Amino acid sequence: MTDMNAILQIVPALRSNYRTIFSRYILAKLGLFGFVGFIFVAVFAPVIAPQNPYDLMILDIMDGLLPPMSKLGNGTTAWLGTDAVGRDILSTVMYGLRISLFVAFVAVFVGTILGVLLGLLAALKGGWVETIIMRAVDLKVSFPGILLALMLLAMFGTGVDKVIYALIIGTWASKARLTRAAALSEMKKEYIDAARLAGLSGWRIMLRFLLPNSIAPVLVMVPMSLSGAIGAEATLSFLGVGVPITEPSLGLLIANGNDYLLSGKWWISIVPGSVLVLLVLCINVVADRIREHNNPFLQPKG
Amino acid sequence: MLRFIAKRLWHSMVLAFIMSLIVFMGMFVVGDPVEMLADDDFTEQDKIDLAIELGVDKPLYEQYFSFAGNIVQGDFGISFVHNRPVLDLIVERLPATLEIALLAMVIGLGIGIPLGIYSGIKGDSRASRVISFFTTIGYSIPNFWQALLLILVFAVFLQWLPASGRGDTNSLFGIEWSLLTIDGLRHMALPAINLAIYKICMQTRLARSGTQEVLYQEYMTFARAKGISKQRLIRRHLLRNILIPIVTITGLEVGGLIAFSTVTETIFSWPGIGKLLLDSIHMVDRPVVVAYLILITLMFVFINFIVDVLYAVLDPRIRYQK
Repeated sequence: MTDMNAILQIVPALRSNYRTIFSRYILAKLGLFGFVGFIFVAVFAPVIAPQNPYDLMILDIMDGLLPPMSKLGNGTTAWLGTDAVGRDILSTVMYGLRISLFVAFVAVFVGTILGVLLGLLAALKGGWVETIIMRAVDLKVSFPGILLALMLLAMFGTGVDKVIYALIIGTWASKARLTRAAALSEMKKEYIDAARLAGLSGWRIMLRFLLPNSIAPVLVMVPMSLSGAIGAEATLSFLGVGVPITEPSLGLLIANGNDYLLSGKWWISIVPGSVLVLLVLCINVVADRIREHNNPFLQPKG
Repeated sequence: MLRFIAKRLWHSMVLAFIMSLIVFMGMFVVGDPVEMLADDDFTEQDKIDLAIELGVDKPLYEQYFSFAGNIVQGDFGISFVHNRPVLDLIVERLPATLEIALLAMVIGLGIGIPLGIYSGIKGDSRASRVISFFTTIGYSIPNFWQALLLILVFAVFLQWLPASGRGDTNSLFGIEWSLLTIDGLRHMALPAINLAIYKICMQTRLARSGTQEVLYQEYMTFARAKGISKQRLIRRHLLRNILIPIVTITGLEVGGLIAFSTVTETIFSWPGIGKLLLDSIHMVDRPVVVAYLILITLMFVFINFIVDVLYAVLDPRIRYQK
C-alpha cells in the first residue's frame, strides 16, 4: 500500500503545477480544455450523439450523401451531412473519436508502464538483463515507427487489438531509455545505498524509491506519445491496415470519404479530418508547453 | 578505431540476423498463400502441388535456411501477384522513391535550418512565436491528411498540379528520372511537398533548440566580445556547432523518409517501393513484403553502422566506451 501511496504523491504535485504551467499561456490552456472536451464527447458518445450510426434499423439509404444541414427522412437534421449509407456524420465522428482515443490511450498507457518497468529493471539489475533490454531498445529506436507498425500488421493481420500491439511496440522503447537514464543517476544517491543496507528487496527499492524519483522525464513525454499514437492509428486505418470497418476510427472515416472527396462531397472526409487535426493539435500545444516548462535551458532568468 | 569498427560491424550483423529471423517467423503467421492463390476449382492435389511449387510444404527451419541462402545470393523469390522476380520489381521502383525522398530532404533542410536559426536567435519575439506555432501545426497534421488537403487545394480546386503518377521521365545512367523533365517535376511537386512539410518542421525545431543552446555558450560570448561581425558569428561559430546533431539526424532520417514515403506514395499513386509494399500487403504477396522488409532492414542497419562510425570519428570519447 505504501508503494502505491508513493506513486500517488505525483498527483498533487501535478495539480499544483497546473497553475505555473498554464497561467499566461492562453493557447496551451485552450488546448487543454479542447482535449478534455474531446474526451468528454468520446466517453459520452452513445448518450449525446444524434443517432447510433451502426444501428442498421434506423439507417435509411435514401438519406445517403446529404450535405450538412439537410433534413433526414425521419425529420431530424444532419448538421454535418451524411455518408454514403445515410449515417449522420456528426454521430460517426463522435463514435470514431471514441475508438481513436481508446486505442491511443490503451496503447500509450500499457506502452509507458512496460517501458518504465523495463527501464527500471535495466538500471537496477545491470548485467545481461540490461544488455538485452537496451539492445532491444536500440533495435526498436533505429526503425521508424510507421514502418515497424506496417511490418507488424503485415505479419499479424489487422484489427483493434493488433493496432494496439503495434502502437505499444512503438511506445515502450523511448520510455525505457529515459527511465533507465534517470534511474541510473538516481541510483548514485545515498538513499538507495541506505535502502539496500536496510535490507529492502530489489523490487521494493525499484517501486518505492526509484520509480517515483525517476518517472518525471517520462511523464513529460506522455502527451507527445499520445498525439503520436492517435496520428499513427489514423494513418494505419486510413491505409486500410488498421481498425476494421465495423469499428471505424477517425482515420477510417476519412478513408471512407476519400472516394467522394474529388466529386465535391467534401464533408464525409473533411469533418472527421478536421476533428482529428484539432484533437492532435490540442494535445501537442499542451505537450509543447509542458516540455518547455521542464526544459532548464528555457527557464526565464531571475 | 579498427577495433571499434569491427565491433560495430559484428553488432550490425547480429542485428541483421535477428531481424531476418523476426521477419521470416512473422510472415508465417500471415494467411496461407496456397489458399490465397488457389482458384475455386482447385482439387486437394492441385493445392499440394502448388504448396510444393511455392516451397511452403517443408519444415520451418529448412525454409529459413533456403530463404536466407537465397537472400545472400540476391534471390528474393518470385512475386505471387506479378509473377516476376521480386528484386527486379523493387529495383525498378527504387529510383522513384529515392528521387522523391531526395527532393523532400533538400526542401526540408533548405527551409528548415535558416528558419530555425532565425527563430532561435530571435528568441521570444513575435516572428519566432509565429514560426513555432506553424511548426506545431505542421507536426500535428497527420501526413496523410496533409496529402489529401494538398490534392484538394492544388489539384482539384486550383488545378495547378497533377495529383497522381510520375509524369514524363528522362533517362540518366540508364535509369528513368522524373527530376529531369518539367512534367515530371510538376508531378513530383505535391508528393515532395507532402514529405517535406514534416522535415521542415523537424529541422526548424532542431536548428532552433541547437541555436538556443549554442547561443549562450561561453565561446559565443567571447566571440561577441572580440567584436566579430554578426554574419561571421552565425556562419562560423553558430552554424558549425549546430550542424553536428543536424547532420547525424539527417543521416538517420534518410531511412525515415523512405519509410514515410509508403503513405505519400500510396496517396499520390507514386510508383515507388512504398506503394509496392502497401499493395503487396493488401494482396498478401508474401515474397514482396518479405523482400521489402529485409532490404529496408539491411538499409537501416547499414545507416546506423555508418552513423555510429561517423560519431566515433567526430567524438573520440565514444571510441573508448565499454
